[in-house]
Amino acid sequence: MEQVTTENTTMFANRSKRLLKRGWQVRLAGYLACVVAVIIIGAPVYWTIAASFKTSREIYGAVPTWIPRNPTLENYPAAWKAAPFGRYYINSIVTTVLGSGAEIWFAVSSAYALAFVRFPKRDLVFMVLLAALMVPEETTIIPNYLTISRLGWINTYQGIVVPGASIAFGTFLLRQYFLTLPHEVLDAAKVDGAGHMRTLFNVVLPLAVPAVATMALLSVVSKWNEFLWPLIVTNTADMRTLPIGLSWLLDQEGTTQWGVVMAGTLFVLIPMVLVFLWAQRYVVDGIAAGAVKG
Amino acid sequence: MTASTVSARPKITRTQLREWVTFWLLLGPNLFLFVIFTFWPLFYNAYLSMVDWDFMRVRKYWVGFENYVTVLTDRHFFTILKNTGVFTFSCVFGTMFLGLILALLLNQPLRGRDAARAILFAPTILSGAAVAIVWIYIFDPRYGLINEILGLFGGRSPNWLGSQEWAMPAIIIVYIWKNLGYAVVIYLAGLQAIDKSLYEAALVDGANRWEQFWNITWPGLSPVTFFLSVTSILSCFQAFDIVKVMTNGGPINATNTLIYRLYELGFVSFNAGQAGVVAMVLFSIMLVLTIIQVRLGERRVHYS
Repeated sequence: MEQVTTENTTMFANRSKRLLKRGWQVRLAGYLACVVAVIIIGAPVYWTIAASFKTSREIYGAVPTWIPRNPTLENYPAAWKAAPFGRYYINSIVTTVLGSGAEIWFAVSSAYALAFVRFPKRDLVFMVLLAALMVPEETTIIPNYLTISRLGWINTYQGIVVPGASIAFGTFLLRQYFLTLPHEVLDAAKVDGAGHMRTLFNVVLPLAVPAVATMALLSVVSKWNEFLWPLIVTNTADMRTLPIGLSWLLDQEGTTQWGVVMAGTLFVLIPMVLVFLWAQRYVVDGIAAGAVKG
Repeated sequence: MTASTVSARPKITRTQLREWVTFWLLLGPNLFLFVIFTFWPLFYNAYLSMVDWDFMRVRKYWVGFENYVTVLTDRHFFTILKNTGVFTFSCVFGTMFLGLILALLLNQPLRGRDAARAILFAPTILSGAAVAIVWIYIFDPRYGLINEILGLFGGRSPNWLGSQEWAMPAIIIVYIWKNLGYAVVIYLAGLQAIDKSLYEAALVDGANRWEQFWNITWPGLSPVTFFLSVTSILSCFQAFDIVKVMTNGGPINATNTLIYRLYELGFVSFNAGQAGVVAMVLFSIMLVLTIIQVRLGERRVHYS
């Protein structure tokens, strides 16, 4: 990541000279692109937020409004009452914490084993793990549904979490990252008589914080947003996660209560928006670095 | 390392054994779950695709390839394949083309560029179901945002999600809106990894911007373009939440794709056998695509 930023600054220095000479049109186009892109991405979000503060009469009125004329907060309690959102929050938080926790631990431990623990057929094991990347999760849903129902796990947290707890892509990325760590530090730990567990927690993990953080954030986001599997494996309102509960709210309220539905939509969106605002650099830079190096 | 392994070849030493046990303790659980929930389903799908079963009866009736014939000769199946192709191609091409143009324009010292990049990227981390609901409202032919914008110019919104003609473009627009920022971020990183001295040399040679793009930028971006096409095609093939929430595959199959058909046959009609066939078709297509991409990727690596 550091490399990217230094390249960045030298690029700025090199190119800005040229741009001053002949590039004001290009720069103007750049600013226009920024503005247009932000409007296109931002308008739907603004429209959602505005609608959540509008009265029904205003939403379904003859004259469209950009700014709520009589801002109201009543859509929020109405949405909260229209569906058991409290319960949805608990379900989403529990399944995200358990699911991401498992994925993060599996990725870290498997990557460590593949990078640093000696085993005769290690490369073969690695290939088997990579082969899992080629099997799209969606093609496994029917057999997995049958397995989970045989275990008696339909409509339970373990039923939602366990089938998706294993991780291949994150393991692959972390292994690549672990292999770039300086050998001297690892050798020093071995000389000190540190076992694998101590090396993992006291030496490797502290050095790999940026990579693990990016992987962990992506895991949290994907678990929170997961849709197909929780939809299939839950069958009562009290076990639904937020995205499933929200789509159910839409079926209930339909298109006759846009204010309420938009307030409910924001219940689902806001936690991930906060995570993103807080960790935006890790996510965006981490993804950019992973794609260019990997 | 070599010394100890050579001398200990006839017998496994205690240290080696400890390494092996550690290896399996660390990696075993992850691999075990893959065997149960990823590899086993492949075989089980193959079996299910040859039986007649409704998820309820105790007995499954062996019917051989009958399910394949039923599913593949169904008069809607061709529509579903075509929809999957149109959706995947439009989304991949749309995100990559627009993403490249935006990345090229943003790849210069602009104030607020990083903020614009973050805002563009934000939709990719949002729930597909929630985004789909936001867009159902935006596409609402009477009260939606698009109708209001068209109204400013005296136009009228089509009945997006209710018409066979406009439903597919609508979900493609939503998908591109949601995933465009990913392509921009990746292309920007790719642009910054291109050696700047190449441009200096090109300027000395008097190459114009168009020639610079085709001779330096585009070839320099080829690994990134390749990476993006792989990840986008796979993610388009698996796009489910937007279709489920916005259209339920309708109206009249206008937005029904392979992944939605799999869900529909399995969990709406409870036809395990036919759903198994669609799973096998989906898996085969993705396997072929992956092999083609790996081959092309190898050639790229040798080339560069």
